[in-house]
Amino acid sequence: MRRLLISWLCLLLVGPALAATPLPNDSIYQLGIKLTDQGGHSWTLSERRGRVQLITMFYTSCAMVCPMTVDTMKATRKALDEPARDKLDLLAVSFDPARDNVAALQQYAQKRQLDAPHWTLARAEPQDVRALSALLGLQYRQLPDGDFNHSTELILLDPDGRIIARTTVIGRVDPTFVDAVRKALAAS
Amino acid sequence: MGSIVMRGWWLVMGMCAASASLAADYVPLPGGSFASVIAADNKSAPAQIKPFRLRTEPVTNAEFLAFVRAHPQWRRDRVAPVFADGQYLSRWASADALGASELPQQPVTRVSWFAAQAFCESEQARLPSWYEWEYAAAADAHRADARSDPAWRDRVLDWYSRPSNTPLPLVGGDADVHGVRDLNGLVWEWVDDFNALLVSGDGREQDGADKVRFCGAGAANMQQKENYATLMRVAMLSALKASDTTNNLGFRCARPE
Repeated sequence: MRRLLISWLCLLLVGPALAATPLPNDSIYQLGIKLTDQGGHSWTLSERRGRVQLITMFYTSCAMVCPMTVDTMKATRKALDEPARDKLDLLAVSFDPARDNVAALQQYAQKRQLDAPHWTLARAEPQDVRALSALLGLQYRQLPDGDFNHSTELILLDPDGRIIARTTVIGRVDPTFVDAVRKALAAS
Repeated sequence: MGSIVMRGWWLVMGMCAASASLAADYVPLPGGSFASVIAADNKSAPAQIKPFRLRTEPVTNAEFLAFVRAHPQWRRDRVAPVFADGQYLSRWASADALGASELPQQPVTRVSWFAAQAFCESEQARLPSWYEWEYAAAADAHRADARSDPAWRDRVLDWYSRPSNTPLPLVGGDADVHGVRDLNGLVWEWVDDFNALLVSGDGREQDGADKVRFCGAGAANMQQKENYATLMRVAMLSALKASDTTNNLGFRCARPE
């Protein structure tokens, strides 16, 4: 009886302990920044841990490439089969914290039909945006008229936040990248 | 309980004393409109720089060692590889000692962008932006902008021709008109927006953006092509990843006014 109790206790303890396994040291979740999503909720980047993520950076008033980026993310998700598709999270973080407040993110999500829970649009403080872009290997700078020059990539993270694939193909689905997403989901 | 509180108090006092003795000098720079080699709008608009304070000297080995001891997550044997490459602080004899061949007053090098940012945060500061750095480095002993003087350019280019296998000089060169030292002629320095310098277009033409990212064609968007000493610096910074370290790349910090 006592042994049973102990093993039951172990089960109770192991669950949370698994979640608290130290992050791999090549995980981008080592970056302890705080983000706020389109629903107004704030969380640390590492709270994305546990699911495969498709991540990019954008800004809502971007007229040209960002809508294409979002469309490419949608198309990439759509290229996956039904049960696997729901295991994929899509995360787009704004380059433009000054203008992209929660209301702007929410409006954009509605307009572009980017539904929670699988879509997350997020903002962070300016210095954290710079750190995240540096970590993801994305480049950006703001122009005097408020627009941004930025590089555009879709980046695939495994459930522990390791970068496992990236693509610069925007405007159509990149088959190699979709394969990588499929494999990551199958392994997760 | 009381003794723990007292011990904590002495610890805080000790840290304050230590940081006071090590406190770095920051001097005010007025900023203003500045003709950067990188036009603000990719065409010809000057940069608009707000008044800021700049650290008068680059961060030294001794200062960075004190930081690493206070923040052991930045030791070379503990740092996460997403934040610093395998050569991080590799000039030092060990994770927490400089050794005989690295001098305390030499500028620290082999530091990543993330490590530099963390150090600056520990001084309630940040890395300077590229515009702030370029603006400050345009000064000489008498003028805030000496760039049109061939002597200024020669001095910068002379430094480039110094062999990189000679030991780094000590921090503490002559002060410029603002009271800032060693901006040119000692080490390359990280800037906050190192990954902003050669981005072009908004990715409308992926192909074009790639060309700019990977080759010197980016210079087509730059101003003052005669100022190639500064352009070389832009090219070098743009080629870096935030976790990269090199033997002659250091940093200093800045604060908003």
